[in-house]
Amino acid sequence: MKKFKGFAITAMLTGVLAVATACGSDTTKEKSTSGTGDTAAKLSGEVIIDGSSTVYPIMEAVTEEYGTVQPDVRVSVGLSGTGGGFKKFIAGETDLSNASRPVKDEEKAELDKNGIEFTELPLAYDGITVVVNPQNDFVDHLTVDELKALWIDNGKTKMWSDIRPEWPKEEIKFYSPGTDSGTHDYFNEVILQDAPMVANATLSGDPNILVQGVTGDKNAIGYFGYAYYAENKDKLKDVSIDNGNGPVEPTHETIGGDYKPLSRTVYTYVSNKAVADKEQVADYTKFAIENAGKMAEEVGYISLPEADYKKDLEKLAELTK
Amino acid sequence: MSKLVDKEIVAKKMPSRIIRNQIFKGLFFLSTLFGLLVLGVLFYRIITQGIGYIDLDFFQNFASRRPENAGIKAAFIGTIWLMVVVAPVSLILGVGTAIYLEEYAKKNKFTSFIKLNISNLAGVPSIVFGLLGLTIFVRAMALERSVLAAGLTMSLLVLPVIIVASQEAIRSVPKELREASFAMGATKWQTVLKVVLPASIPGILTGGILALSRAIGETAPLIVIGIPMFVAFLPKTIMDTFTVLPMQIYNWTSRPQAEFQDLAAAGILVMLVLLIVMNSIAVFIRNHFQKRY
Repeated sequence: MKKFKGFAITAMLTGVLAVATACGSDTTKEKSTSGTGDTAAKLSGEVIIDGSSTVYPIMEAVTEEYGTVQPDVRVSVGLSGTGGGFKKFIAGETDLSNASRPVKDEEKAELDKNGIEFTELPLAYDGITVVVNPQNDFVDHLTVDELKALWIDNGKTKMWSDIRPEWPKEEIKFYSPGTDSGTHDYFNEVILQDAPMVANATLSGDPNILVQGVTGDKNAIGYFGYAYYAENKDKLKDVSIDNGNGPVEPTHETIGGDYKPLSRTVYTYVSNKAVADKEQVADYTKFAIENAGKMAEEVGYISLPEADYKKDLEKLAELTK
Repeated sequence: MSKLVDKEIVAKKMPSRIIRNQIFKGLFFLSTLFGLLVLGVLFYRIITQGIGYIDLDFFQNFASRRPENAGIKAAFIGTIWLMVVVAPVSLILGVGTAIYLEEYAKKNKFTSFIKLNISNLAGVPSIVFGLLGLTIFVRAMALERSVLAAGLTMSLLVLPVIIVASQEAIRSVPKELREASFAMGATKWQTVLKVVLPASIPGILTGGILALSRAIGETAPLIVIGIPMFVAFLPKTIMDTFTVLPMQIYNWTSRPQAEFQDLAAAGILVMLVLLIVMNSIAVFIRNHFQKRY
């Protein structure tokens, strides 16, 4: 019996001690960080970023590089999704909010209400790529209207033959990113004009699930960011999109150019107050703009024209004045 | 004169009974085999995919856009930090609640209503606890995205499991032990501290460690309270932000490049080992300290 008691008490004491030491080091560390922040060149403090999972790889890469320049600045990047990120941005909890679509009017209104001024900074292009199974030999290109007819909800099961009569009379299987993703929002807006999407679409927040779904089903169609197509070219067939000027295939060259309307710009939104008040946020944002193009290319996105990054930098310079 | 056992009838029924026996034996064996097979396939896939990435660098590097440089330093250490908060908070609160409910509370409708609700809480989806944590700890208490906020949220998540396990353990202490203690003139508190708790420690700790294993595997509540995915620093205090293993794994699995899937497998391996170690400790405690009355 004594052994048990000893054991129980040790277990409890260890727990209490662990908390106590953790709390104890709190105060000492606070002092040391503020001490190193005095020199102008070496910055410290926090930069809090959250938002789109599409933009996340770019910001991860930028942050990784930034760590070699300013190792004492503690940058954290979250991935709550574009909408989730804005919710935190509206609550004033983040300095930068990544978004794979422009800020919505409702979100703008809430930001206004909370007195949060912000600046939109385009970072890169992404091409939403429509894909089908490689065994699907009849779909080669789709017009925007056909794409709309495919994805819009009309309450009926859809056959390929409903789109073009010469196509087989087989049921189409739909694979789409989840409703909380900016990719879904963007597709819904530009293709469906915000009409509801087919109800029996398989929704997933993980694009790799969509890749697998389309790979495994002859009658599948899906869409997601270009990077996921580029990595799975052998397993998927991309669909060229005809926006009235002939079919255009999504490629590195056409995205941001002729590949319309599914080319999109991905952004980060920065809080003006954070840039003005926190030197490290201003410095990080500047670094992010300067390196976004290169990093975007490395992780599978397409960089903007040089001029656009210059514009971003000018906007930022306005804020720090 | 009737016989007690009619051998003829028994002999007639025997073959069908033996067959029925065999069928059920086969069924139970198959269901065991099914689970083992799935586990085997899972292990095989994860090990073949991930083992190549596990080296010292994997533990010493932060996450990176280049798979060959990527590691789990922040996530691994972050998970341990989370445990440091979750373990004491959830155990102290959980065992305390269980002692109160079993030893002190009056056995009336209100108490059984509370017990029923605690059992129900164990089945609430983890994301709901995330929302609760976001409202109370992150926003109302202004703990922001700290280890403490995440730890308290996770503690809430696993509390029902610990309370129920502890209740079971305390309840299984024979009444005679308590009565003997009272008969010797011990007070209620002395009885609880020196008789009931020591006898129920194995059950409590086993439940506790199983609950902690759940806490280190959860992602959803942490994403809801805004724990970041990428941090290239380690927490220095419980007020710092951090990231954990399951989030790192979740992120890697959703990346387009195949190498990240392998990294995720390596991360899963590390987590599996961590879980196996924790569960082994639970088994060890149970076997080593258990006394049957």
